Amino acid sequence: MINYFKEILVGFWSLLAGMAVTIRYFTKPIVTVQYPREKIKMSPAYRGYPRLIIDPETQTHRCIACEMCARICPSQLITVEGIKFPGEKQKRATKYVHEHYYCSLCGLCTEVCPTSALEYSDEYRLAGYHREDAVLDHLVILQLRQTAAGLPVTAIPSAEEIAAAAAAEAAAKEAKAKAAAAAKKPQAGEEVKE
Amino acid sequence: MITSGIEEKTFVLNLGPQHPSTHGVLRVLLEMDGEYITAAEPVIGYGHRAHEHMAENRNYQQFLPNMGRVDYLHALAFNQGYCMAVEKLLGLEVPERAEYIRVITNELNRLTSHLLWFGAYLMDLGAFTPFLYCFDDREHILDLLDSLTGSRLTYCFYRFGGVPKDIDDDFISGTRAFIHRLRSRWADYDNLVTKNVIFIHRTKGVGLFTKEQCQLYGITGPSLRGSGIPYDIRKSEPYSAYPQFHFEIPIGENGDIYDRYIVRLREMEQSCRIIEQALNKLPKGPIMAEKVPKRIKPPEGEVYTAVETARGEFGIYIVSQGDVKPYRIKLRVPSFANLSLMVESFKDNLVADVVAILGSIDVVIPEIDR
Repeated sequence: MINYFKEILVGFWSLLAGMAVTIRYFTKPIVTVQYPREKIKMSPAYRGYPRLIIDPETQTHRCIACEMCARICPSQLITVEGIKFPGEKQKRATKYVHEHYYCSLCGLCTEVCPTSALEYSDEYRLAGYHREDAVLDHLVILQLRQTAAGLPVTAIPSAEEIAAAAAAEAAAKEAKAKAAAAAKKPQAGEEVKE
Repeated sequence: MITSGIEEKTFVLNLGPQHPSTHGVLRVLLEMDGEYITAAEPVIGYGHRAHEHMAENRNYQQFLPNMGRVDYLHALAFNQGYCMAVEKLLGLEVPERAEYIRVITNELNRLTSHLLWFGAYLMDLGAFTPFLYCFDDREHILDLLDSLTGSRLTYCFYRFGGVPKDIDDDFISGTRAFIHRLRSRWADYDNLVTKNVIFIHRTKGVGLFTKEQCQLYGITGPSLRGSGIPYDIRKSEPYSAYPQFHFEIPIGENGDIYDRYIVRLREMEQSCRIIEQALNKLPKGPIMAEKVPKRIKPPEGEVYTAVETARGEFGIYIVSQGDVKPYRIKLRVPSFANLSLMVESFKDNLVADVVAILGSIDVVIPEIDR
């Protein structure tokens, strides 16, 4: 009988103790952030979708279209195309499309990049109305960011320019092959003589 | 298969698959005799994503982000298990500092998992307020891990041979401050929940797991330790830098829900101890092993590693045939075994206790379905 009443008392006291905790926190300042009206700054390490870095020296991207990122991507979401323009040492990206809708934000593409051309963005509002909203053309995004920063805009090569560059490259290759063949011929002849 | 038996005067009650307290898409068929359960059967596989098959079609690095999504609440332990297995295959030596960073982040992740369980479980029982307090605490850890790993839930942080990013002074001081804060909250948690008469009445003597049952079903983690068996991979098969830290394995006595609750709470304190020791002893040096090949192509062989996640033993078995892709990967997940015993323990319980028992195991359904 005594135990029964004791249990009731202890139980009642435990409820009061719990209430005391909530009342104590009730008087403390509110920590909730009212999201659409207030926003928290993202941490610098935040992994948003990867985007092209604007190189401070050349004021354009560093992508050489090696397709390392396209190959390492677990979901095969990246399409990179590039070509060597006449008078340039390396290939340059003519198309960099990232189909973001399956992206798991693992960051393997930024890690594997040999020229460190990619960085994580701090963009977290990724909702869209159409599937096409999640297809990110990074060269266009780069142009928008360059305009916003007041930098000269990197032009995206047109189809004609790419075709011309491809033709020039093919011609250069052919000339090189011919030169190599021409250089090789006398040598072969010498060998036969001996 | 349970069929409703008209002659036996029983009926079948369907719990789930979309029930707020099944923590995912789990369906349980309950055969009821009045308010008592006579048999139960789980129906799983709604969230099957074929992780093991995906592994066979991807190379070793490409499978890394998958490991954060098998058990999304303790992703870093899965990261670690996979990285350890591949490192074993490659024969890579992980630097001391990287191991320490792994232990610190892993234990922080374990804290988030236990804190989320604490809140979600009490919400299952009908208490809303503790959820707000533990999510307040959890938010601090998420911010810390966000500043280091760049993501808040499905981490993909460890790499073969180390970690990609070093911890800085901000992270260390932030972690210390957080542990100090969390320790000051234990008293509040006790007053709010542990001593609460309603909580005690709903959990004591309910959902008993005996030692024999636990061994029979191969269950691991806090559910096993709640039944009084001190088995923890961190102690029994020490991996990473765990042998260098002092910590205890909390165990329960009776194996009821209350014991499993107490074990988890005390485990959080042990995690704090480990993190503190690791921060104090943090060695200097590189964070990435030297000579990590760019193209991961382990020699032929088979390897099994096990790590302790917040739910129990996670084991990964990799068969390599000397290719860039693994030939076969098998994941041994703790929740699957735990679920089997949980269903067994439903028998002869009231339907009102089903959710209480279900939550006490801390099942993560994507981990079962994988």
